[in-house]
Amino acid sequence: MGLLSLAIWLPIASGLLLLALGRDDQAKAVRWVALIAALASFLVTLPLITGFDNATAAMQFSEKLAWIARFNVHYHLGVDGISLWFVPLTAFITIIVVIAAWEVITERVNQYMGAFLILSGLMVGVFSALDGLLFYVFFEATLIPMYIIIGVWGGPNRVYAAFKFFLYTLAGSLLMLIALIYLYFQSGGSFEILDWHKLPLPMPAQTLLFFAFFAAFAVKVPMWPVHTWLPDAHVEAPTGGSVVLAAIMLKLGAYGFLRFSMPIAPDASREHAWFIIAISLIAVVYIGLVALVQKDMKKLVAYSSIAHMGFVTLGFFIFNELGVSGGLVQMISHGFVSGAMFLSIGVLYDRVHSREIAAYGGVVNTMPKFAAFAMLFTMANCGLPATGGFVGEWMVILGSVQFNFWIGAVAATALIFGAAYSLWMYKRVFFGAIGNDHVRELQDLNAREFLMMAVLAVAVIWMGIYPKPFTDVMHTSVDALLKHVAVSKLN
Amino acid sequence: MNNMNWLPVYPEILLLIMACVVALVDLFVKDERRTPTYWLTQVSLAAVAALHLSYFNRGETMYGVQGMVVTDPLGHLLGFFAAIAMIITLVYARPYVQSRDMLKGELFSLSLFTLLGISVMVSANNMLVIYLGLELMSLSLYALVALRRDHAVSTEAAMKYFVLGALASGFLLYGMSMMYGATGSLSIPKIFEVISSGQPNKAVLVFGVVFIVSGLAFKLGVVPFHMWVPDVYQGAPTAVTLLLGGAPKLAAFAITLRLLVDGMMGLAVDWQQMLLVLSVMSMLVGNLAAIAQTNLKRMLAYSTIAQMGFMLLGLASGVVNGTTLSAANAYSSSMFYVVTYVLTTLGTFGMIMILSRQGHEAENISDLAGLARRSPWLAGVMTIFMFSLAGVPPTAGFYAKLSVLQALVTTGSSFYIGIAVLAVVLSLIGAFYYLRIVKVMFFEEATDLAPLKPAGDVRAVMALNGAAVLGFGLLPGGLMALCAEAIVKALAT
Repeated sequence: MGLLSLAIWLPIASGLLLLALGRDDQAKAVRWVALIAALASFLVTLPLITGFDNATAAMQFSEKLAWIARFNVHYHLGVDGISLWFVPLTAFITIIVVIAAWEVITERVNQYMGAFLILSGLMVGVFSALDGLLFYVFFEATLIPMYIIIGVWGGPNRVYAAFKFFLYTLAGSLLMLIALIYLYFQSGGSFEILDWHKLPLPMPAQTLLFFAFFAAFAVKVPMWPVHTWLPDAHVEAPTGGSVVLAAIMLKLGAYGFLRFSMPIAPDASREHAWFIIAISLIAVVYIGLVALVQKDMKKLVAYSSIAHMGFVTLGFFIFNELGVSGGLVQMISHGFVSGAMFLSIGVLYDRVHSREIAAYGGVVNTMPKFAAFAMLFTMANCGLPATGGFVGEWMVILGSVQFNFWIGAVAATALIFGAAYSLWMYKRVFFGAIGNDHVRELQDLNAREFLMMAVLAVAVIWMGIYPKPFTDVMHTSVDALLKHVAVSKLN
Repeated sequence: MNNMNWLPVYPEILLLIMACVVALVDLFVKDERRTPTYWLTQVSLAAVAALHLSYFNRGETMYGVQGMVVTDPLGHLLGFFAAIAMIITLVYARPYVQSRDMLKGELFSLSLFTLLGISVMVSANNMLVIYLGLELMSLSLYALVALRRDHAVSTEAAMKYFVLGALASGFLLYGMSMMYGATGSLSIPKIFEVISSGQPNKAVLVFGVVFIVSGLAFKLGVVPFHMWVPDVYQGAPTAVTLLLGGAPKLAAFAITLRLLVDGMMGLAVDWQQMLLVLSVMSMLVGNLAAIAQTNLKRMLAYSTIAQMGFMLLGLASGVVNGTTLSAANAYSSSMFYVVTYVLTTLGTFGMIMILSRQGHEAENISDLAGLARRSPWLAGVMTIFMFSLAGVPPTAGFYAKLSVLQALVTTGSSFYIGIAVLAVVLSLIGAFYYLRIVKVMFFEEATDLAPLKPAGDVRAVMALNGAAVLGFGLLPGGLMALCAEAIVKALAT
């Protein structure tokens, strides 16, 4: 069994095991098994990084087995510089989620842990699938555990949020399914993504394919105006659900643009780039403003995620290396930062059971250690230099200035809005006089919470100071992708 | 072709004998639980299944009883699945009917007669044989629906089923007589030849096709001939709902294929249009009406209508621009669809019977509330079924939808691709009500706290059923290849 298979099936198998055998009266054992499984799943992804060859854009760690002979579908896995980092990131976030749920989730612990482990394996599958149908199966299958997670452990309006999440995403991906089948037909019976990259396609077909993929990925990213499911899902999801949603699931959509839309329909991508750029800028500016007026912390961070993801799609569709690499770096750093933001909100919510900004005030007085961590993450969220948030945004802004000064200028306003909504929220929650008795009675971080905050803080600072390991890995693949996209498939 | 050759009909002969034996043996059974009858029936069914399978493995096409029946891999594969479906049905049904005083010998012998009808239909090579099989199956089912004699709703359902079913049979028979008038034969291969020669009067042929398609649409339960489906599904005792919602769908698929494809391929342009209209309307009405239901059985009935509509899409996309190159692909996708659909349906109705108990019918969606807490295990299996019906991977239902969509898209015609997009949008609407079941099971608190203790055999079969739906979702290749092989061989002759 290859490393990638192991990274996919180890968490899924242990998740199924927990579902089958775990009981609520053995919650403690369930937690430990989940933690060990998550750690093991993370460890098996490390050789991927150490063994990765930065010099080639070819797929590495490939595995290929016949799967459904009738449709020529293969179980084909592999990673390149674009997808590599998302595999360990997914496994890493799963560890954090397991730790974050340790004392908080007390009912149906095995189902909660099992669902997240399965989800983790499925998401790794999405990032490493090189067969179109395999990708689709993983992509869709992630909806099932997330639907259950939001619906069972979520907030008061969880049923609505779970349905909205599921149906929105399903609507987009079903159109993608038609696109995949169409490509299968056009390529003479192949579901290989890499074959599709080479497939010449006339412009009308490219346009339709582009928009079919757009439907699936734009909903998942989510891009304005199909973003409305995200704030609902985030607000209602339990902390772990929000973390995984923001840190990994949104990236599935952005990754899809790089793996499908751009290389398969390069002419249509260039033709309609203005469209993506326009709605990305709307996301950056308009959603940034929307974030400013939120009263609910989770909603605020949710909107901030949409704005940050707008940066990612903007970077992709300006077609230069800074933009695409910047988008990818932004995806990874946003994974850490948004995850950390939702965890911080979770820390407060577990104590006070409110997400309203107005329910807090002066938290720094009672929780100094927590306030310090939250300060770091808030700064990273608004893109302060030397934090992870800065690198990606900076690269994307540089890239867009190269492309067109005014696009760069509009994009740069995001830094201002980002600083405004992040810092203002921080000010209202943490500074000032102690707001009420709940805040007065707050206990600072316990060892478990401190551990997970510290790990994330290290990751955020590391990405800010030394992003080279990330950009080195991407360089060759991004370069190859851009060269590929520059060549027309018409003729 | 014209000799008697009894060999191809051994499974049917065995079934006939066993149906009579079971009816007789039951007279001497004093046991309230009907254990000997039950096991005798199950053993006969297993023998029939094994017989069908061995014929399938031989892979030959034989004609028997003077060309009245054809025995090809298609017939035997469907016969095999039907026998398996019947076995599963009876396992699920036994505790349910027992607690409702319906555990009589009739149930078993009528089930065997139903399967006999199905067996005859799947291997018929003559219109009259199709009609005979159909009537044998339908009459047994009418009686089964009315099994709960003292129950007004059941009786009403039986009446409705009988009247509409008889009307449909009349349609079918009328269409057949038109075909006979135009072609001078009732033998399906002969009709095929005559139609291909182009001699018969086109108007009479099309007239006949309209009636035959209407009759088939009744039996498949697609819009606008679907009125009986919700009432009968809801009114019949759940065990019987399962009986008529499971294996008979395979038979309905088989005769559609035998009549339209084997017999009237030359008129494909005409009947494909009709099937497309029926199919789109079924998906529309079925999916929309299902949303409004609070009764689980009724919701599943509308879901059946929508699913059958989706299945018809495959049958309607075999002949494009006059070529039949994609026919095998299209028809085998429909066959895969119907087989996985039956597998899933067995599970869902089986689940309803598990949740029901003496004096309580778990018929409403709200009866599923909090199932995840009462029995996480059953809720998990039901979730697999629901996602399979909704067509979400990794379940068998996804590949069923995929293969039908694939058949539509690979026609290469933009009209069919448009239909595929429409089908996808309509199945998105469908996803809503399947998700609602999952919601009720997982997100709501239980109202009914009676312990769920299904019998050991029911539990084992339910586990296998769930594993099969999931298993064909992870590794659908084998079943797809079987369906493709059966269809290719059926088309070759």
